[in-house]
Amino acid sequence: MSSVDTTTNAGQLLATASGGRRRRGDRIFSNTAVIAAVTILALLVGVAVFLVTEGYPALTASSAELPKGESFLSYVAPLAFGTCLAGVLAMIIAVPLAVAVALFITHIAPARIALTLGFFVDLLAAIPSIIYGLWGIFVLGPAAVPAMKWLEEKLGWIPIFEGPASITGRTMLVVGLVLAVMILPIVSAVAREVFSQTPRKLQEGAQALGATRWEMIRTTVLPFGKSSVISGAMLGLGRALGETMAVAIILSVSGGVTFNLIGQANPSTIAANIALNFPESSGLAINLLIATGLVLFVITLATNFLARMIIARSNAQ
Amino acid sequence: MTPPPDNSAALSTRSVLAGEGSGGGTLPDWAPYGAFGGALVFCAAVLAALGWFTVALMLVFGCLVAIVAIYAWSRPVEGRRRAKDRAITMAIVAAFGIAMAPLISLLYEVVKRGAAGISWEFFTSDARGAITGGGAEHAIVGTLIITACAVVISVPIGLMAAIYMNEYGRGPLLRALTFFVDVMTGIPSIVAGLFAYALFELFLGPGIQMGIMGSLALSVLMIPIVIRSAEEVLKIVPNHLREASYALGTPKWKTITKVVLPTAFAGLVTGVMLATARIIGETAPLLVTTGVVSSLNTNPFQGRMQNLAVYAYNEYRSPGVMKQASYDRAWAAALTLIAIVMILNVIARLVYRRYKTEIR
Repeated sequence: MSSVDTTTNAGQLLATASGGRRRRGDRIFSNTAVIAAVTILALLVGVAVFLVTEGYPALTASSAELPKGESFLSYVAPLAFGTCLAGVLAMIIAVPLAVAVALFITHIAPARIALTLGFFVDLLAAIPSIIYGLWGIFVLGPAAVPAMKWLEEKLGWIPIFEGPASITGRTMLVVGLVLAVMILPIVSAVAREVFSQTPRKLQEGAQALGATRWEMIRTTVLPFGKSSVISGAMLGLGRALGETMAVAIILSVSGGVTFNLIGQANPSTIAANIALNFPESSGLAINLLIATGLVLFVITLATNFLARMIIARSNAQ
Repeated sequence: MTPPPDNSAALSTRSVLAGEGSGGGTLPDWAPYGAFGGALVFCAAVLAALGWFTVALMLVFGCLVAIVAIYAWSRPVEGRRRAKDRAITMAIVAAFGIAMAPLISLLYEVVKRGAAGISWEFFTSDARGAITGGGAEHAIVGTLIITACAVVISVPIGLMAAIYMNEYGRGPLLRALTFFVDVMTGIPSIVAGLFAYALFELFLGPGIQMGIMGSLALSVLMIPIVIRSAEEVLKIVPNHLREASYALGTPKWKTITKVVLPTAFAGLVTGVMLATARIIGETAPLLVTTGVVSSLNTNPFQGRMQNLAVYAYNEYRSPGVMKQASYDRAWAAALTLIAIVMILNVIARLVYRRYKTEIR
């Protein structure tokens, strides 16, 4: 950092020393840069302000005025529950797999194919969510029907597999799987990055002491990458919480709160609920949807804050 | 990146050193493959006997059995620690396979099903008044226009902000910007759409939908990606280049435009293309802001504008009389989108490889 500061000062000194025309160029350019920076902050503030302004009528309206005839809180609570359920489910499925993918690419696959695999996984992060949605409803859902029936029959005593199993495959479990597939590239990209930065000294030291590859990974790579993996998982969670189209397409929603992952009736998510209802809404119904969007914004913000805090704390140590 | 040296001499030395004392033998090279294949066959047979056979169950149980099998096989020959190493390596490879399977299936299905809907008509006509459903020309044109506007908004702002952060920034504004760009990365796409809608509704009245609103929503998503990648690239431009330029008496802004930016050019272009690829398939914000329409509209400031992602969603959601034809078009739109995204990605990497300045 100090070297950057010196050059900055040197540049400014020289610029001040030379003619006024140059100084004007500098001033215009640096002002433009500052304006761009402030614009971005204004944009973010704008997102919050406009959501609040447009959501406010729904927040203050009495339950009789609202389209569903129930208060805002009782409208948004099941949606928030569904959002968190889908997000957490996706995270639980995706994170172990993502760590395994990252370990495979950085430490197990031959170096020559590792680069290609890394590129491939990155490419998958760019696939539009609508396509994951179509794949989920046309391919994974039908394929999961027999498996869910099996779960109901054999593991039905666990509440989450209580059933009766859906015959369409449009269940929370399938949504969780699709969201997991979607966030896997993101989480594994973060994990891969940090795993490949593990100091070679540590790794070689572990091996020189006779550690097997797994012992080397467990004692050097995993501790080194732990906080980044956690924050990557939180980023993935944030992505899953805000994911709209895949959920809107796949999930067969009926409101209500249930932990049953394989049934016909599932709680909707905030984002999917907006996408499904927005095109046909007007008036206060729109304000209501925007207010739920505000809730989603707050939930994802909280998730991201938590992720940053974890990183900051582990960096401090 | 390179796996640890893995020759068997080193291994046996290691197990001797480790003093596990279980013979120090080694399984044959094909042991992991053998264990996995055997486990698959075994599970297929057992599942078939029980009448539960599905490919998914066979693979899941096959992996579990293979992990146990390789451990049980290696334990008496190579000792506890090597056995554990083998079992976990097997588990990681299996997890990698399980993670990749859906992604490969997805690409396969999109290509297979999308090809059915691709036709000359799909690219050359819109869907106005077409009983058979028509084509997606309006959606393709709309996607290009909306995305282009988003790029035009995002790139200058994002680039200048990155320049600010890397070349000028200091104090609270820099700290705030660094922090809030992170926050911005996490904004759900639907929220960006609602923001654009709320903004325009406030000034132009309710029910407003047009292309530029979609571009604004996409910009909210694109700007942080552009900043992140540009910052990354500007950071690796070595300081001695800047210092050399200052030593010649070049003012700072000229140093940035004539030295720093050209050095980082390939990386900047790559970053912008990857960011474009990320937003071009966004659906949710456009569903809210640009609406659904069946005819071609080339003016982003007037009226609704269709785009590929919303088109695919709509063909699925409200199929016409001929359901299958609608689904085919949805998949064709998905295939077109994936093709655009992949092409952007590949070109971006090629640009980077071809034009990147060797930085020493």
